Amino acid sequence: MQLNQAIQKNHENQTKQIEPIDGKTSRFKKIAPALAAASCSLLGMGQALAQENDGAWKFDIATLFYAESDSRVSAIEPVFNATKTYNDGEVLNYKLVFDTLTGASPNGATPSDTVQTFTTPSGNGSYSAQAGETPLDDTFKDTRGAASVNWSAPLNRDWEYSAGAYGSKEYDYLSLGLNGGLKRYFNQKNTALNFGLAFSSDMIEPEGGNPLGLSRMAIPGEPGFQTNFDASREDSSDNKTIIDALFGVTQVINAKTIMQFNYGLSLSDGYLNDPFKVLSVIETTAGPNYGGNLKDVNANNIYLYEARPDSRMKHSFYWQTKYALANGDVIDGSYRFMLDDWGINSHTFDFRYRWNLGDSYLEPHLRYYLQSEADFYKRYITEDEYNGGVPSFQEASADERLSDMDAITIGLKYGYKISKDQEINLRAEYYMQSHSGDNGFGKLASQDLYPDSNAVIFQIGYSF
Amino acid sequence: MNLTRAGKLSSLLLITLLASACSNLGVKPWERDTLARPDMQLIHDPVEAGLDDHIYFSKEASSGGRGFGGGGCGCN
Repeated sequence: MQLNQAIQKNHENQTKQIEPIDGKTSRFKKIAPALAAASCSLLGMGQALAQENDGAWKFDIATLFYAESDSRVSAIEPVFNATKTYNDGEVLNYKLVFDTLTGASPNGATPSDTVQTFTTPSGNGSYSAQAGETPLDDTFKDTRGAASVNWSAPLNRDWEYSAGAYGSKEYDYLSLGLNGGLKRYFNQKNTALNFGLAFSSDMIEPEGGNPLGLSRMAIPGEPGFQTNFDASREDSSDNKTIIDALFGVTQVINAKTIMQFNYGLSLSDGYLNDPFKVLSVIETTAGPNYGGNLKDVNANNIYLYEARPDSRMKHSFYWQTKYALANGDVIDGSYRFMLDDWGINSHTFDFRYRWNLGDSYLEPHLRYYLQSEADFYKRYITEDEYNGGVPSFQEASADERLSDMDAITIGLKYGYKISKDQEINLRAEYYMQSHSGDNGFGKLASQDLYPDSNAVIFQIGYSF
Repeated sequence: MNLTRAGKLSSLLLITLLASACSNLGVKPWERDTLARPDMQLIHDPVEAGLDDHIYFSKEASSGGRGFGGGGCGCN
């Protein structure tokens, strides 16, 4: 209510400002309600204001190259970002991101001493892993396009609001989101309180349908394959909703130090499984195949699709400090603690040192991430747990992203100021991830269940 | 019981301390030259921050913190 009044007041102020300039009062009085109507549409709002109030555009274009070792995932991601800052503090931002992914991703199954064959997610083909190899789903290929618009503006001397909309589309996934925020300044703008709310509605529609959690993967060539495949699928599409709330305090400490503390709450609800992930069932019966893949009546390995809870609540606590040294260099450090009701908690430390060298700068970057596993994370399912097809639990996932993990990123960025408003920059980083957990038994114990994964990140950017 | 009370008291003390500390912190408007520099903004390169958030969201179980943790892609 207060926000609406304030928005209206803001428009009134703008109308008043416009009248004496042009003298065409009646024409602008007509524009005022039109402006108010346009504020409902973010895009419209930005454009309407653009005609009223000149400001400066700033553009950033960048391309990210991401490549994992062992020919796993590689991605190319160009970004176009345009920001207009108006004379009285309003900021309009448009962002476009494209994303092309190719390569292979671990499907969750354990490596084995024999060749393993899996059905592709669509059910139309198969892929396999050689003995001793981490099974990778190589059917993974996707293109994503995302667009967002954000608007922020002062309401008066102490209050600021923001609003934004977001849309992202890939072959089998659609995400639409809205967000809004309020900021209140205190203490001569040395303290700012932020409150933000974001809502996102996502739809996942994988080719071949969404797998039913803990159902058995039908193996190509088995009798009644199509019937069995269909039995492993639930709906052709599923939804999830995500609500995020963010509370933040930003505090100027002194002329060289600024600090921020945020608390974030995120609630996800709906289909939270990864439809491309499975778990191996491992034989526990004493004998030659102890620790090997459990076989079904057709002598095929048994794999179950993963099943996660249908809701997740995450809490994050984020602290960041920036400090300018006497020589002009900047130290940027942050720490995040996250915990959720899946039993995961994580620590993220991030440190950057910006070494200003006149027209250029160098910025070394170090990031350390430590995560504990989800309660339902299992590297594999035992024959006993499988219980002849009636598992003794409701949820299980072998997704490596839910395991005990630590990761280090080391990077270096170089930027060069061509002119006051133009900069080119290059960034190279190396990301190393290692996982740990249950090392298996019998034959499984000789397999590498937690191979490290590494990735290189390159980014080239130009701002003008 | 005592512990809860001690906890409440210390929380109250902490809040009071923080509040009074915050009102003593800060600078005058004319002392903001350094803080106004682009490289002193909390997120000084939003494009890079967005790309990083996307990478780590796709590879790790955590997201958000400095901003919304949302989703927006089928990568996790």
